Amino acid sequence: MVDSPRSGARASSVVVGSENVGGHPVDPQAPLLAVEDLVVEFNTPGGLIRANDGISYTVNRGETLAILGESGSGKSVSAQAVMGILDIPPARIAGGSVRYRGVELLTLPDDEMREVRGAHIAMIFQDALTALNPVFSVGWQIGEMFRLHTGTSKAEAEKKAIELMDMVRIPSARERVDSYPHEFSGGMRQRVMIAMALALDPEVLIADEPTTALDVTVQAQIMALLDDLQQQSGMGLILITHDLGVVAEVADRVTIMYAGRIAETGTLDEVYANPRHPYTLGLMQSVPRTDQKGMRLDPIKGSPPDMLHVPSGCAFHPRCPLVRERCRNEIPAPQVLGTGRTSACFYHDEVGARAASA
Amino acid sequence: MGKYLLRRLLQMIPVFLFATFLIYAMVFLMPGDPIRALFGERSPSASSIAAIRDRYNLDDPFFVQYVKYMLGVLTGDFGTDFRGRAVTDIMTQKIPITVRLAIVAFTMEVLIGIIAGILAAVRKGRFIDNLVLVSTISVISIPIFVIGYMAQLGLAVEMGWFPVAGVTEGFRSYLLPGFVLGSVSLAYVARLTRTSLVENLRADYVRTATSKGMLRRRVIGVHALRNSMIPVVTFLAFDIGSLISGAIITETVFNIPGIGRAVFDAVLQQEGSVVVGLITFLVTVYVVSNLLVDLLYGVLDPRIRYE
Amino acid sequence: MSDQGAAGQHMHEDAVEVIGGETIQAGRAASLWSDAWKQLRRNPMFLVPAGLVLLLMVMAAFPGLFTSIDPRSCTLSDTLGGIPRPSADHWFGLDVQGCDYYSRVIYGARVSVFIGISVTVFALAIAIVLGSVAAFYGGWIDSLISRLTDVWFAIPTILGAIVILTTLGDRVVPIVHWQVKRQGFAQVVLVLIVLGWPQMTRLVRSSVLQAKEADYVDAARVLGASDRRIILRHILPNAITPVIVYSTITVGIIIAAEAALSFLGVGLRLPSISWGIQLSIQPGIIRQNPHLAMFPGVFLSVAVFSFILLGDALRDALDPKLR
Repeated sequence: MVDSPRSGARASSVVVGSENVGGHPVDPQAPLLAVEDLVVEFNTPGGLIRANDGISYTVNRGETLAILGESGSGKSVSAQAVMGILDIPPARIAGGSVRYRGVELLTLPDDEMREVRGAHIAMIFQDALTALNPVFSVGWQIGEMFRLHTGTSKAEAEKKAIELMDMVRIPSARERVDSYPHEFSGGMRQRVMIAMALALDPEVLIADEPTTALDVTVQAQIMALLDDLQQQSGMGLILITHDLGVVAEVADRVTIMYAGRIAETGTLDEVYANPRHPYTLGLMQSVPRTDQKGMRLDPIKGSPPDMLHVPSGCAFHPRCPLVRERCRNEIPAPQVLGTGRTSACFYHDEVGARAASA
Repeated sequence: MGKYLLRRLLQMIPVFLFATFLIYAMVFLMPGDPIRALFGERSPSASSIAAIRDRYNLDDPFFVQYVKYMLGVLTGDFGTDFRGRAVTDIMTQKIPITVRLAIVAFTMEVLIGIIAGILAAVRKGRFIDNLVLVSTISVISIPIFVIGYMAQLGLAVEMGWFPVAGVTEGFRSYLLPGFVLGSVSLAYVARLTRTSLVENLRADYVRTATSKGMLRRRVIGVHALRNSMIPVVTFLAFDIGSLISGAIITETVFNIPGIGRAVFDAVLQQEGSVVVGLITFLVTVYVVSNLLVDLLYGVLDPRIRYE
Repeated sequence: MSDQGAAGQHMHEDAVEVIGGETIQAGRAASLWSDAWKQLRRNPMFLVPAGLVLLLMVMAAFPGLFTSIDPRSCTLSDTLGGIPRPSADHWFGLDVQGCDYYSRVIYGARVSVFIGISVTVFALAIAIVLGSVAAFYGGWIDSLISRLTDVWFAIPTILGAIVILTTLGDRVVPIVHWQVKRQGFAQVVLVLIVLGWPQMTRLVRSSVLQAKEADYVDAARVLGASDRRIILRHILPNAITPVIVYSTITVGIIIAAEAALSFLGVGLRLPSISWGIQLSIQPGIIRQNPHLAMFPGVFLSVAVFSFILLGDALRDALDPKLR
């Protein structure tokens, strides 16, 4: 990390060694990011939506956590709540805590949170074409991170931008630093966003559907890049996606979200090989496999819930093959099945049995 | 980009020629015999008439007249009115007045319009936003001469803050009419700025900018504004031409001897050369501002640079 | 893309976005209007101007409902001691000629509405024909029509109108017969059409172009729809919406333009009753009798205001992006 081009580029309030975040001392024992019982509500014309209903997850140094879920499951909302970039009306953080290295972010004053954003926790988005500003060159936008947080000069910032573009493997970085986002291909643009996000060597990178808008081959390249960069810097990576395959490539741990709640958490192996929630099982079984050639696909019956009218009790119950009376009436809290292993299903052992027999 | 501009310039030339031809045709097909009008009640001798006809090419076939006239224009000769005064003299006298008026109007519309638009967008839904929306639509709806009258009666006659008419008091004379002239454009600018900024504030890159840890002020003022200004600046560039051409009503209400009134008077007096000369000038202004808009657009928006 | 299969059925927003609301749009043009209507029904920003416009039309068609006094029965002697102000007998007072001003203002609506609507209708007709032709066939026809509109734009509007009205004015008389008592209707209508068609044509052209490029047109074509069907059921319903909105606003603009021309003295002439003429009285007289300018001024402004607001409300309701 000392050799990376960004070393020494941290925000000035952070002193290497005894580190502070905006004046608050960090807790060296604490996980990199700990979200606990986060509740986020949205006030919409149709009614109140609980996009996040008491979710919890943690990320440690050097670890990749995948947050898996369909559109509308609330995964992006939680990331935006962590970054503090939710539009506060209509959104409202109704409860819970988000701790970055032990420092509570939800109560941090604006100016301190601004320091955290970009320098400590960074985020990349799905569609780089719209996520990048079309009227400024990529070099300018990447360099902005330096000019903003560390007060570097324009020339110096541009130099660092070129170094970053090299790091994310954009060919001919020096020539292309003055180009505009629309002049790049999708994959290259995404690399620009990654370069921008990693400029100040953040401890945590949140990638919100980074490859959804890209071709499959380019997807693989980008994921490999993220993997490498993570190895180099030891940062924590949160990967938000709906793509099981992408998760399988890079994730260490997986959290599955459904209708604003956590369905299941565990390591990649645990969750994929031994799912303990009917939803997870359904997902695994619905993936087409080559040995199923000629057979019917096996989707989860029914459709995802309307967030304005979430089903009572367990949100998954209308679609669950294991549904009982209790599921309709009681909301299952995540039960601890082991270290870092939870499942929000009353009948999780039965899921295990089902999976084995499938 | 130079190629693009050249292409546009070439496209504009036939437009210019056609427009001027149209005006020329309309003017010189005017009813009535200008020669007789010139002499009023006296009966001119045949030779004087012949001399004048020759001087103004009135015996040539119509199209030839036009060509000769245009050739003259290219060398800066716009002909003379029937009293012998060079049209260019009239132009040098009247044009600066209208231009001054237009500058005052333009400055107001830029300053007030853009600021109002930004405030309305940033405080969307609140009082200032509604105030801007209602006042701009009112200004657009109320015909400009009504606004002119109201302003004149209210602020000049009643309150005495401004001169009532004419351009005799130097800069002050241009303030009120300038404001009236620019009022409708101001309203458009404010609305356009507001709409554009509101739309851009919803864009993804604004979210990215915020997540980079910058002040809201910078997100709006640098990132969003730079994008929002594109349609506004192009409108403004175009508007310069409109202000100069469209000042006639304001000039009438406030008795300002500018181009508009000059054309009007010339039409009534059947002074063909003056009408054509002045309108040719205005057409040129239009063509130039069009090209300016094209140029600006390419400069401001990198996405269309190499069209 | 994703290999999550059917289980990953994307929820509402993404799916609609990805497919492109446009494919749905093809059949939805009709329901766009009914959706819009539901929204408009409850929106005061639509109801108020719509009500005013309706009132105006009634006033134009049946002025007798609003006043029983004949606007042309004028007693000049009544003005000898100064022009009478509004009073119980004459709600708006009298004008310079001694006519009852209230009835004159009411009757003034007729001219404005008539000119506003007829100009818009004719300009729209020309615009639809020329604009669609230009957009469909492209090529040299498109270039020609586009250059023509360019030329027209180059000529300054009001000044052009003045020139046309004074030069061609009287020549039109023998050609067009319905020229009510030489008051200048035909000229004004013609001039405004002549000056208004380019703007509308451009609009029609660009909205037809946009509709033509849309994916749902390709989809329809692939499904085997004939050209005519594509035009009628897919392109036109979608292209027509911005045009309708603009037409409404145009009526307002034309009303204002006619008033401006009459104000300058080149538009309608007496004995026509028009708000513009009423406002063109000498400034000196108006300064002494502000009511002479106030009433037609207010009526004129409200008329223009209503049409423009109406157009705005229609646009907000019909623009799918703003929903």
